[in-house]
Amino acid sequence: MSKIMEWIDARLPVTELIKSQATEYPTPKNLNYWWNFGSLALMVLIIMIATGLFLAMHYKPDALLAFNSVEHIMRDVNYGWLLRYMHANGATFFFIAVYIHILRGMYYGSYRAPREILWWIGIVIFFMLMGTAFMGYVLPWGQMSYWGAAVITNLMSAIPVVGEDLVTWIWGGFSVADPTLNRFFVLHFLLPLLVVGVVVVHLWALHAVHSNNPTGIDVHEGKDTLPFHPYFTIKDLYGMGVFLIIYCYFVFFAPNAFIEADNYIPADPMKTPAHIVPEWYFLPFYAILRSIDFLGAFSKLAGVIAMVASIAILFILPFLDRSPVRSFRYRPLSKQLFWLFVANAIVLGWVGYNPPDASLFHGAIPLILIGRISTAIYFSYFVLLWLITALNIEKPRPVPKSL
Amino acid sequence: MAIEVEENRRDFLILTTSAFGVAGVAAAAWPFIRSWSPSADVLAQATTEVDIGALQKGQMITVPWQGKPVFIVHRTPEMIDLALKGDTESLPDPAKDADRVKRPELLVLLAVCTHLGCVPQPIGTGSYGGFLCPCHGSHYDTSGRIRQGPAPRNLEVPHYDFKNPTTLVIGKALG
Repeated sequence: MSKIMEWIDARLPVTELIKSQATEYPTPKNLNYWWNFGSLALMVLIIMIATGLFLAMHYKPDALLAFNSVEHIMRDVNYGWLLRYMHANGATFFFIAVYIHILRGMYYGSYRAPREILWWIGIVIFFMLMGTAFMGYVLPWGQMSYWGAAVITNLMSAIPVVGEDLVTWIWGGFSVADPTLNRFFVLHFLLPLLVVGVVVVHLWALHAVHSNNPTGIDVHEGKDTLPFHPYFTIKDLYGMGVFLIIYCYFVFFAPNAFIEADNYIPADPMKTPAHIVPEWYFLPFYAILRSIDFLGAFSKLAGVIAMVASIAILFILPFLDRSPVRSFRYRPLSKQLFWLFVANAIVLGWVGYNPPDASLFHGAIPLILIGRISTAIYFSYFVLLWLITALNIEKPRPVPKSL
Repeated sequence: MAIEVEENRRDFLILTTSAFGVAGVAAAAWPFIRSWSPSADVLAQATTEVDIGALQKGQMITVPWQGKPVFIVHRTPEMIDLALKGDTESLPDPAKDADRVKRPELLVLLAVCTHLGCVPQPIGTGSYGGFLCPCHGSHYDTSGRIRQGPAPRNLEVPHYDFKNPTTLVIGKALG
């Protein structure tokens, strides 16, 4: 055996790679459970690709056949129901893992130097995931699929001059129709494979600068680190076990908890459902889109810009945060801002879930008002974080010298 | 001196080669990009004929045209009055009702909300006696003009003609 490995290693240094990048890879010894969500996201990505490949063997990307082929998968294909429920709920759990992963990076300052490129690649992956999830949701060709696709592609029409032509080009016609479904299927198949490639670059960037840790301080290799295996392989596996238990609960006992009932009605281009809601993971951004409605004819474009900006602003987060300390553990003001940001994101999601003309207390507080305030709070997180750190308003507590 | 000339020569060659390469790739990309535009059979669905002979006063029908819904409303005198009352300059997208219909009683609208493309609900559902878009709460009046909500423009009036008094042709034949 070792003779064979020697022969291979002389030609392709596999053992060396596994040792330096996996088993003996130095990892900060104080990583807490929030550091599990990167490997959890990777696990869900693998589940999604595996189930997606096998679903694609039964699915038909044709406007006349798509809806029935999904029902065929559910009723006739052996374990088709399992593949589909794993895939549909997998999207939800993917976003749970990714959101926690991003928030962990925000809380412990993992976006700070020297990890800016690592952070940027992560945002690129997030954008790709959102596109993939959106196009995947169109494939069952139910009412929510269809009208979700109509609304989101129509966002493009807000772009001045070329907007209308761009939308026709994306549709391949004058409305969301068969050509749209066909190309979305192809892109939904292609994008995750590209995501795998970008994830490899994400890991490369991670291994170049190494993991951050809850204290945010630079670690000394040896004194502050442990080999990845077995210390963190076992920790990651344990996290996967817990995560899978919750995931399996939904797959087997509440598989439609996250699926809108209207999506079991075949797509009807002549009739819009009374209330269109995106999937839960898009709700905060959808609320931001709808909240910009006070700029007259400019509202539509402004709403789209605000929605894109709400994620794109993460790109400049490394430069907005001027604090000498990375981790919010030692930053009292930043910590409060962070939790306000998280709570506010949930409020935004709730606003996005409700109809646009809904209100609280019998019309006393229109939801649109709450949406506008929440949108302002969302963006002010980034402005305030910059202010309190650039002007030294925040006095960080002392950080430890070593772990 | 000679080396400098060589370097200039080399820079020039690298630049021109790169420029030709980029232009070549861009030209080769065009057929791929263009393949996404509406195909010939999609473009062929340019017109729809509708028999409006049986349409009663106050009645509304929805017909598909180019895969999109078109509302055809036989307006009552009250609906027309409401529409004429809206002939003011203060509208978000000012337009005269008379310019939006060929026959006062017949309203033909592309039932695609100018906000984000949802289909508004039938006439009588919105404020101003018109159409309510359920997605984001835009209200259109009995002439299909935007009166309230996030939509930037009035509902579009598609090109239409009367083949004979009871047959409507929506759209324009291509070529």
